[in-house]
Amino acid sequence: MASYSTNEFRSGLKLMLDGDPCAIIENEFVKPGKGQAFNRVKIRNLKSGRVIERTFKSGETVEAADVMDVDLQYLYNDGEFWHFMDPHSFEQQAADATAVGNAKLWLKEQDMCLVTLWNGSPLAVTPPNFVYLAVTDTDPGVRGDTSGGGGKPATLETGAVVRVPLFIEVGETLKIDTRTGEYVARAKE
Amino acid sequence: MKLRATLLSRVRAWFEREGVLEVDTPALSCAATTSPHLASFASRYYGPGVRQGARLYLHTSPEFPMKRLLAAGSESIYQICKVFRDGEYGPHHNPEFTLLEWYRTRYDHLDLMNEVERLLTEILDGIFRIKAVYHWRYRDLFLEFIQVDPFNTTPEALQAVLESRHVVAPVGMQEADLDSWLDLVMSHLIEPRLGAGLIFVRDYPVTQAALARLRPGNPPVASRFEVYLNGVELANGFHELTDVHEQRMRFDYENRMREHYGLPAMPVDERLQAALAAGLPDCAGVALGLDRLLMIVSGAECLADVISFDFESA
Repeated sequence: MASYSTNEFRSGLKLMLDGDPCAIIENEFVKPGKGQAFNRVKIRNLKSGRVIERTFKSGETVEAADVMDVDLQYLYNDGEFWHFMDPHSFEQQAADATAVGNAKLWLKEQDMCLVTLWNGSPLAVTPPNFVYLAVTDTDPGVRGDTSGGGGKPATLETGAVVRVPLFIEVGETLKIDTRTGEYVARAKE
Repeated sequence: MKLRATLLSRVRAWFEREGVLEVDTPALSCAATTSPHLASFASRYYGPGVRQGARLYLHTSPEFPMKRLLAAGSESIYQICKVFRDGEYGPHHNPEFTLLEWYRTRYDHLDLMNEVERLLTEILDGIFRIKAVYHWRYRDLFLEFIQVDPFNTTPEALQAVLESRHVVAPVGMQEADLDSWLDLVMSHLIEPRLGAGLIFVRDYPVTQAALARLRPGNPPVASRFEVYLNGVELANGFHELTDVHEQRMRFDYENRMREHYGLPAMPVDERLQAALAAGLPDCAGVALGLDRLLMIVSGAECLADVISFDFESA
């Protein structure tokens, strides 16, 4: 298994820690005068999403994590797995609910997503920053009301519920920012 | 850069008023530091003269030749020079950095600490306000911050303290000596909480004495001090060891530690040994990181911000 020494530590490096694949966020070299040097590292656990701080003795080696980000096309889900395909090789990947996480609120068939693979299996799915989804259910608004005050909930074709302006009607396509889960604009057809 | 030039000229003016002579010693030497925690850059000489193919090391501090000058009768001296330490790069480290190092004959480490305080206060006048000055003994610092006596503890006890403060010990620490554990506690639990002000820490464990003389007692301590400014380690000073036999024993011990860690042994500075045998006057010396001083005083985030071209762009 490949390994990295602390001298190679930098932001973005993927390594194994306590059996979980992790990514380095920040790396700080610390050395009290005339003493042992350490690397204080902020690490994100790619499985749980949690950020922790760890210290390594300078010169130590860690196991590299076989973690890769690939762009895959979302096909469909069968309730248990969400299926993706590499548009070039036609290889398919199946991600479980844990790996898909919140992305399932935004996935529309044929959208391209970033899938993080660990040892070749999906670990996490990141939807595109913006998605275009149709409204399937919402209370009727007053036509011409563009005041925007308050807003109302609307259910989208994926089942996600977002807050939208009062003038939005069922059937309209909306642009949503997946990072915040917020309505951005009406999509021009 | 203007601030650097201002500080440098103030430092020189200060030493001139004090009657301390500025000296210049070689950065290259056939000998090197034996400390297991320092890595010296090495090079070779190919040219006329007797040292054909000689392996030479860049100094990690001008200490050895400056002590040779003292043994030759120089009286108090200071030097501002670049020093080189392999393997050290980070927010407060650059492999090449500027050290202000000086020695005062007939001073002990307590006299020198007072002088460091005086020098910093005077050269920073109008530029930077030192909020407060604190003096700690190493032992009291540990007792205060983690309620453990560093002279009477074990790696296991320190590991327990670290874990209770959510610091997981690094892999490989299980075989580490007590000093490495003390360093871990110092850098992770104590230094971050030192706060604003000028802080002196003195009376280090004898195993962390480096080139300081020891004082017997219960426990015996090294006449060594460190200076922190606003939580950043700034200077390291000693009441210098003058005993030639003890110095050789320390050099040999450090080389054995290097071998134990899988590091090559370094050639002991025999010319320094000869100077000690001839007689080093009673003196105290201190080395202060000028780049770090500049960084703290200018409010910079990291050392690279105060160096003209840091290591990554040299």
